[in-house]
Amino acid sequence: MTLITVERKVLEKNDVVANDIRAKLKEHKIFSFNLLSSPGSGKTSLVERTIAQLKDKIAIGVIEGDVQTDLDAQRIDVLGVPVAQIVTNGGCHLDAGLVRDALAKIDYANLNVLIIENVGNLVCPAGYDLGEDTKVVLLSTTEGDDKPLKYPAMFRNASVLIINKIDLLPYVNCSVQKIKENALAINPDLKIFETSCTTDAGISDWCNWILTQANQ
Amino acid sequence: MHELSIAQEIISIAEHYYSSDENEHVKSIKVKIGKLQNVLPDSLEFCFNALIQNSKMENAKMVIEHIPIKLECNSCADISEQEGFLFACPKCGSSSITVISGNELTVSELEFEDSPTKQEVLP
Repeated sequence: MTLITVERKVLEKNDVVANDIRAKLKEHKIFSFNLLSSPGSGKTSLVERTIAQLKDKIAIGVIEGDVQTDLDAQRIDVLGVPVAQIVTNGGCHLDAGLVRDALAKIDYANLNVLIIENVGNLVCPAGYDLGEDTKVVLLSTTEGDDKPLKYPAMFRNASVLIINKIDLLPYVNCSVQKIKENALAINPDLKIFETSCTTDAGISDWCNWILTQANQ
Repeated sequence: MHELSIAQEIISIAEHYYSSDENEHVKSIKVKIGKLQNVLPDSLEFCFNALIQNSKMENAKMVIEHIPIKLECNSCADISEQEGFLFACPKCGSSSITVISGNELTVSELEFEDSPTKQEVLP
């Protein structure tokens, strides 16, 4: 019987690819973020509103991740920005290899910002580095204010929280104050935006933040 | 269900340490899982056991070491273990803390029934 000490990261292969992606994006001075949320909370709508506001100011590219269909890529394509769709065929998260392959399909060298919209899921994508600069987690008011406490890893790993669908607050049992308290207890450094993709409330503040990051 | 891809990576790491000796078998694989990793142990074991069927690793057992969340306070230097997921110092209340454990997801040890001839092979 022989015992071998290994001490190797389980996701080391993913991390190697992620670091390659990060180096490539850095070389071209592209700011990138990994957009995460549960299904139906408004990730694609936010990407659409972001593109509408920033399209004339900076070059944005999008990688869409979904379990099935290229419906999201179609929505982004009509806005006239480079987009690649990843279909995971059942996979619950994106990994760096999938992002590397998707990146090869778009002309990214002249982009200022790359948005990677992950598969809708508040659990599995949290641990996978995609080579992004930062993680942005989106939570809509229809999901309830307890979600940061129920999915702590996601809120811990993100640097930005977007509270979306604030136009629906009169109709749902959800307190924005509670969301903030719960999220900040998990991650005191979170930067928080409140948005509605229907009324465009808060979208300018969010877009200004992206512009600041892209210019750094 | 990211446990399936994690189980695949664990097996792939263990395979690196096999020699060409056909009698050599992994008896156990020790895996460290931090509480912050969102990995369900039962689900991981289920996936692992399903993947090793009819393979060289068929009789291998996965031994999971659970790593708690530990925080070091940047204000008072207190080191504490967190039962829940609230990231503040229990001693002075400061939210300026460093997570010193809980993010682990590593293959830490392999136990072979016979001596492997191929050791410390890099990826």
